[in-house]
Amino acid sequence: MSSVLQIDFGDRTPEPVVGIDLGTTNSLVAFMDLTGPKVIPGEDGDHLVLSVVHIGEGAPLVGNAARQMLIDDPERTVYSVKRLMGRGLADVAQEAGLFPFRFAEGSESVLRLRLGDRTFTPPEISALILLQLKRNAEACLGRPVTRAVVTVPAYFNDAQRQATKDAGRIAGLDVLRLVNEPTAASLAYGLDKRQDGIIAVYDLGGGTFDISILKIREGIFEVLATNGDTHLGGDDIDNRLLRIALEDIQSEWGQDLSHNGSAVQLLRRAVIETKEQLSFVPRVTMHLEYQGRSYQREIAREQFEALVRDIVDRTLTPCRNCIQDAGLTAEQIDEVVLVGGSTRIPLVRQAVEILFRARPHTELNPEEVVAMGAAVQAGILAGEVQDKLLLDVTPLSLGIENMGGVVSKIIHRNSTIPASATEVFTTAVDGQRNVLIHVVQGERELVKDCRSLARFDLKDIEPLPAGAPRIEVRFLIDANGILSVTARDQRTGKEHSVEVKPSYGLTDEQVEAMIRDSFERAEEDFAARQTREARLEADTILAALEKARAHAAWLEMAEPEKAAIEQALNELLTVYCSDDHVLIRAHIEKLNQATLRLAEVMMNTAVRTALKGTKV
Amino acid sequence: MDAPDYFQFFGLEARLSIDLPDLENRFYRLSRQLHPDRHAQAAPSERERSLEASAILNDAYRTLRDPVARAEYLLKQQGFEQSKQAPAELLDEVFDLNLALEELRGGDVSVRSRLEAARERFLALLQETDAGLEGLFGAYDRSPAPAALGEIRAALNRRKYISNLVQQVESELNP
Repeated sequence: MSSVLQIDFGDRTPEPVVGIDLGTTNSLVAFMDLTGPKVIPGEDGDHLVLSVVHIGEGAPLVGNAARQMLIDDPERTVYSVKRLMGRGLADVAQEAGLFPFRFAEGSESVLRLRLGDRTFTPPEISALILLQLKRNAEACLGRPVTRAVVTVPAYFNDAQRQATKDAGRIAGLDVLRLVNEPTAASLAYGLDKRQDGIIAVYDLGGGTFDISILKIREGIFEVLATNGDTHLGGDDIDNRLLRIALEDIQSEWGQDLSHNGSAVQLLRRAVIETKEQLSFVPRVTMHLEYQGRSYQREIAREQFEALVRDIVDRTLTPCRNCIQDAGLTAEQIDEVVLVGGSTRIPLVRQAVEILFRARPHTELNPEEVVAMGAAVQAGILAGEVQDKLLLDVTPLSLGIENMGGVVSKIIHRNSTIPASATEVFTTAVDGQRNVLIHVVQGERELVKDCRSLARFDLKDIEPLPAGAPRIEVRFLIDANGILSVTARDQRTGKEHSVEVKPSYGLTDEQVEAMIRDSFERAEEDFAARQTREARLEADTILAALEKARAHAAWLEMAEPEKAAIEQALNELLTVYCSDDHVLIRAHIEKLNQATLRLAEVMMNTAVRTALKGTKV
Repeated sequence: MDAPDYFQFFGLEARLSIDLPDLENRFYRLSRQLHPDRHAQAAPSERERSLEASAILNDAYRTLRDPVARAEYLLKQQGFEQSKQAPAELLDEVFDLNLALEELRGGDVSVRSRLEAARERFLALLQETDAGLEGLFGAYDRSPAPAALGEIRAALNRRKYISNLVQQVESELNP
C-alpha cells in the first residue's frame, strides 16, 4: 500500500530557509550551517547591504551599488523605505519634506513614491532589496532560495507586518515567519545555554526602537512584554545634525541647500560619519565640499550628546512601561542585550546601564545579531534546531469599534501569539443584510486615537428580525502577529463570508499584479515559474504526508479515510509532472482536504503526549 | 475548532486555586508539541490545526494563570453572569465620590485631598475583598458546590466595581 510513497522525487535535500534582517539602513541575510548562524556577504564582500534602491533607465541598482546615486540622482533613489511600510500619507507628512523623492497622488492608504515617470509602493521597493539578498544567498549556497524568515520591529502593527510579507511575495520569497527583531537577537546570543533567567533586549536601529523582556527557561524564549516606537532611531539623530549643518551653511554661504537633493545627501553622509566617529573619539570635524565651497564645523562629544539627549531619553519611557507590563522591577532583570547600530553611541549605553543597573552585552556585532537570530529561527522552522522555541507576543491591543466611537478591547497587548477572541454579532434593524465590524489596534479608549486596521463586512445575512441573527466572529492573530477573521452563523453552523477592507496596505489582487510586473518575473516565463512553485508545494505536502503516515495518528484513521487519502495522493502524483499549475494546485488542495481529520487527530495525540506522566 | 474546556485542555480539574509552577510546566510542554514553529514543514491541514490549537493553548494559559480571570471563566461556565451594578453597601460612598470628581473637573482642586483619601479607602477595600476571595476559593476547592459560587460571584462583582472606581479616580488625579 505504501509503495506509492517510495517513488523517488530525485535527490532533493530540503531547500534551505534563510534569515533576513530587512533594516531601515542596512539589510542582511544569514543561514544556519553546522556550526551556527553565518552572515552571507554580497558580491562586494560586505556583510551589510545598504537598504537603498535607485530606479533608473535600466535595471534598478540595489544596495551598496546604489550608494553614489543618493548624491548623483537623489530624486530617484530611495532610502529608509522601512519607515514608509504600511503607512499612509498622513502618517509621514512630518518627514515627507526630508525625503528627496516625492509621493504620488492617491497615497492615502498606500504610499506611492514617484521615481522618474513611474510610481512604486514601499513593498515593491523592499522587494528589490529582498531580491538582492536572495541572489546573494543563492550565489553563496549554490542553490535556489525561495523560503525565508524575515525580521520586523517588535512594535510593528498589522499593516506594517502585512506590507513586509507582501514585499517577500513580490520578491518570490515564501516568508515562513515574521520574527520580532529583539526576539531574534536573543536567539542569536544563545543565552539559554548559559542559564535560565530574565533578559531585556534594547534595540535602537536606524528608524525604529524596540524593547522586549523575555524569560528563558530550558530553551523556551517566552516574551513577557514588549514596547517601542516605530518612528525613533538613528535617522532622527542624523536629521538633528543635518538641520544644524543646513542652518550653518545658510548663514555662512547665504544659501538654502535644504531643497537641493544632492547637497543634502552629501551632507547626510558627512553627518553620519561624524556621528559614527564620535562614538570612538571625543571630537570630530564635520565637513562638506560642494560646488567649490567648503563648510567645516568641529563637534565635541558633549555637544553631540546635548543635542540628541532628548532622543535617547524618548527610549526610556517605553523601557519603563515594558518592565511594568512584564510585572517586574529593573532589579529582577538578569541581563541586557544591545541591538542596532545606534547602541554604539556611548550616551545610549550609559542610559541603558543607569536604567537597568546592569552592564549590557555587546559581544556580538549589534548590526548582525538580528540576521543571525533570524537564521536560528529559520533553523527551528526547518526542523534543524530542536531545543529552542520562541513564544512571542502581540505588541498592541486589538479592539473593535463600539457605539459612540469607543473601543472595546478583545485581545490585549502582550498576549502570547497565536491568540484569539470570539465575539457574537447581530443586527440592529429588521431585515438587515450586513454588519460592518471596524477593527483597530492601540491602547487608547477612542477609535480616533487608535490605528484603523480594517473593516470586515459580514455579508448576505439572512433577513430576520433585529437581534435574531447570531454571527460568531473569530479574530485570530497568528505567530507572525497578523490578524485573520472568520465568521460562522451560530444557528446553521455554516461558515459566513467576510469581506476585508484593509485601512492601509495592498489588496491581494494588487500584490498579484505586482508579482506579475516585477522585474525578475519579466525575465522569465511566468507560467513556468508558477508550475515550479506548485511542484515545490506538492513536494512539501508529499513529504509531510510521508511523515504523517509513520505517526501514531495514522493508525486511528478508518479504512475509508485512508483510502480517500491514498486516492488523492495518487491523483496528485499523476498530475505532478504536468505543466498545468492550476491542476497541480487543485490536487494539492484535494489531498489537503482529505487529511483534515488526520491533522486533527495528530494534534490531539500531541496534547496527550505532552501531558503524559503529569498527574491529572 | 470549538474551544475545549480550558481546565481539561491542561489536564487539570476545574479548581479556583492552581499550582502556578505546575501550570507553567504544562504550558511549556504543550507549547513544544503544538506551536506552529514545530509544524512549519507539515501539510497545510496540519499547520492550520497547529495554529488553532496553540491559539487555544495560549488563550487558556492567559485565563488560568490569573486568579480573577480563572474564577470568571469558571463562573461563566457554571452560568453565573457578571453584574455591573453598584454593591448596595457602597452606594453612599460612590455618590460622594462622584460629587468630588465633578468638582475636580469643574476646576476645584481643593477636593484633591478628599479624592486621595477616597482612593486609599477603596484600595484598602480591594485588598480586603481579595483576602476574602482567597478564603472563598479555598472553600470551594475543598467542596465544589455550585451554591458557593453565588457568593464568589458577588465578591468578584464587588472587586470589579471597586477596581473601576480606583482607576477612575487615578485617571482624574493623574491625567
